[in-house]
Amino acid sequence: MSALPLDVGADAALKPAVAVLLPAPAAGRSGWRLSWVGGAALVVSLLALLPLGFVLWVGVQTGWDTASALIFRPRVGELLLNTALLVVLTVPLCAVLAVALAWLTERSDLPGARTWAWLLVAPLAVPAFVHSYAWMTVAPGLHGLPAGVMVSLIAYFPFLYLPVAAALRRLDPGMEDSAASLGLGPWAVFFRVVLPQLRLAVCGGSLLVGLHLLAEYGLYVMIRFDTFTTAIVDQFQSTYNGPAANMLSGVLVVCCFALLGLEAAARGKERYARVGTGAARMPSKRKLGRMAALGLLLPALLSVLALGVPLFTLGRWLLAGGAAVWRLDELGPSLVQTLGLALAGALLTSVAAVPMAWLSIRSPGRLQRVLEACNYMVGSLPGVVVALALVTVTVRLPIYQTAITVLLAYLLMFLPRALISLRAGIAQAPVELEQAARSLGRTPAQALWAVTLRLAAPSAAAGAALVGLGITNELTATLMLAPNGTRTLATSFWAYSSEIDYAAAAPYALIMVLLSLPMTWLLYQQSKRTAGR
Amino acid sequence: MTTSLELQAIHKHYGAVQALGGVDLSVAPGSRTAIVGPSGSGKTTLLRIIAGFEAPDAGRVTLGGRQLANGPEAVPAHERGIGYVPQDGALFPHLTIEGNVGFGLPRNTPKRAERIAELMDMVALDSAMLARRPHELSGGQQQRVALARALAQRPRLMLLDEPFSALDTGLRASTRKAVAQLLGAAGITTILVTHDQAEALSFADQVAVMRGGLLVQAGRPLDLYLRPRDAAVAGFLGDSIVLPAQLAGGWADCALGRVAVNDSGRRGAAQIMLRPEQLQVAEVPVEAAARGDACYGAVTDTDFGGSVCVLSVRLVRGTGPAAAAPAPSAAWDEALLVHSPSMHAPAMGAMVRITVAGQAHVFSA
Repeated sequence: MSALPLDVGADAALKPAVAVLLPAPAAGRSGWRLSWVGGAALVVSLLALLPLGFVLWVGVQTGWDTASALIFRPRVGELLLNTALLVVLTVPLCAVLAVALAWLTERSDLPGARTWAWLLVAPLAVPAFVHSYAWMTVAPGLHGLPAGVMVSLIAYFPFLYLPVAAALRRLDPGMEDSAASLGLGPWAVFFRVVLPQLRLAVCGGSLLVGLHLLAEYGLYVMIRFDTFTTAIVDQFQSTYNGPAANMLSGVLVVCCFALLGLEAAARGKERYARVGTGAARMPSKRKLGRMAALGLLLPALLSVLALGVPLFTLGRWLLAGGAAVWRLDELGPSLVQTLGLALAGALLTSVAAVPMAWLSIRSPGRLQRVLEACNYMVGSLPGVVVALALVTVTVRLPIYQTAITVLLAYLLMFLPRALISLRAGIAQAPVELEQAARSLGRTPAQALWAVTLRLAAPSAAAGAALVGLGITNELTATLMLAPNGTRTLATSFWAYSSEIDYAAAAPYALIMVLLSLPMTWLLYQQSKRTAGR
Repeated sequence: MTTSLELQAIHKHYGAVQALGGVDLSVAPGSRTAIVGPSGSGKTTLLRIIAGFEAPDAGRVTLGGRQLANGPEAVPAHERGIGYVPQDGALFPHLTIEGNVGFGLPRNTPKRAERIAELMDMVALDSAMLARRPHELSGGQQQRVALARALAQRPRLMLLDEPFSALDTGLRASTRKAVAQLLGAAGITTILVTHDQAEALSFADQVAVMRGGLLVQAGRPLDLYLRPRDAAVAGFLGDSIVLPAQLAGGWADCALGRVAVNDSGRRGAAQIMLRPEQLQVAEVPVEAAARGDACYGAVTDTDFGGSVCVLSVRLVRGTGPAAAAPAPSAAWDEALLVHSPSMHAPAMGAMVRITVAGQAHVFSA
């Protein structure tokens, strides 16, 4: 290594580790750093495989007889049916609603379209369990599948609306012109040209909604609708680390993989990018004319349901509770704990994502893609599975029931958010720029710092903020893993609303919504930017 | 199949911006018309109004006697039967080539597969490509598929919106020629929009020049090239030399001496135009210029461009008759651009004698 003068500035302490990771010194300088980064990426990816490994290990441990007895019983069938019906009903409804709303806000002359677009994204700032809290207040009789579908629809449709609206904005209107010149009426153009182009956006958004439906706990407990996730948490709370909960989580993981496979199959292999070169012209807006009133009704109704109801409820409880519910001696520590966990988790997750993000841009390859897939896979697993896995692994370790375990769970759950943002950021700093800096007399470390990290910083920050937002509103894993005495905003809210003290829960919900709003705005802006506008 | 298109006083505004300020154009059945103009001149807007993607604020569009638009009341695009090939082809990326070409043919069309194969044949593409996807084709092939897709409708009128601009130079000329022949053979009235004057001149029977939302001049390509209405049109259609001159009896006195003009009736001061290829230069000894018996100039710059070399020539003021030219020429002191065959191009600094072939064009007004 000493033959490479450019390495002088590098940390000498790393060299023993490097020697292990580098069987062939002939790989040269870039091989040096690559191996170090590769080692780190490997460690993170193996960690990401932990929940899946846990499910497999538990399956093997339990043995077929016990496992089949635990899996093939009426209760599991009932849960499976509930969960399947929830997904099958909610996801298509969400998709239809999202396409209709996206068309209205992007492709029609709907009055105030930009305001509506923002109002339709804003419900993302309200955590799902706050939605159901609001609905329980407004209609205490709500329960079961219909209620589950309705509240899920209201809480999760923005996940589909965002990508579909972005795809609609990006569509080349030249294609629609061509279809019209080939004799197709407006409806035929929509179904034969526009809708097929939206397939990727609809598939991706549907997958996201489906995974959320599988993973959500608080929403369904509150409206008394049993899914796999609620049953697992119940089992965990009553029997602790029992095989029943573990087996259920195995089935849940299979459900997740079924969704992932379904999405991959539905997505197909077609290419949907614009084929031609040059800039697309701005899409023309269809005049609604007398239908405008009808068109306004849909986004208005949804805004009332998804924003109006939670805000009205919160306002009502805050008014009813008065100053008494603002118990600063509880709110303060809760806010501090939440922000502390969010900051530490965001930092840890971003740092853990750096090696893989780096490799995926600077040194893509087959092995790298497999490792990267592990990182994404773990993010699609429900928090309850991740939490169970960590409980099982850490129960005999000193980190059990400490903040470290909670942070590890956050790392696993939110790794994809950080990875995607970091990847985009590093991709904006092509290696040529770094080389240019080197040719201008910077050492590799200086070049990395002055060029690549500087350019990637905004994306990294956005990714970290997304992770932080996820942690702020996380309930399930926090409930299961947090050390005694931990009260985050979400768990405090949950404790109070479980005691039916809705007024005392309201300040916590309000703070969560307020903390989430800036991030939601960022998401909205980002989706506009990816569409090139 | 052949149908004439008439545009009368087409107006179009986008907010406060006037895109078209009253365009009249008539396109003969089976002919090829090219609409040229710098970007922002309104040519694409005009094409989109003909296609029916947009309605004019005022004005009438008729095709073969049928009224397509009269002010904002317009027949929608899908009922017009007008073929349209956009700039980049706009092939549907989610369909195969077969799906693209057959897009406008109903499923139950008799002999649908044969028709698609025949269309591929017409645009000189191999039928083996039918199973491929648009992104697997080159730019030129994509354009041909877009053309085949539009031809499937047997359109009465074909609109081409800069369809060749995305292709590289060599492919561009050959594709243009092939498309012109194909549409001519099918007898389809065609309108091409382009910002490339060479493309317009070679493609069309009629060239229409647009500027600032108005149609400045329309006519046969050669007429427009040799007899443009004003200096701007002249400059748009190719390099030009515009000189102030005094006219009398079919001759002009200008910086180049006495030049024949194509307007024998005009007298007095006027602007005349020459194309660079009308000027011929012959190298002479430096002392010759002092004699002043003809028009001389010094080569100040040469720009080698392969077969043709573009020379910048600065006129030399001698003492002969040319030097005694009337007042306007005294003020004229710009370098002349001369197109000279590279084989015998004079070197920089050489003295040349300049002669004018053919007549100069006199701008009206």
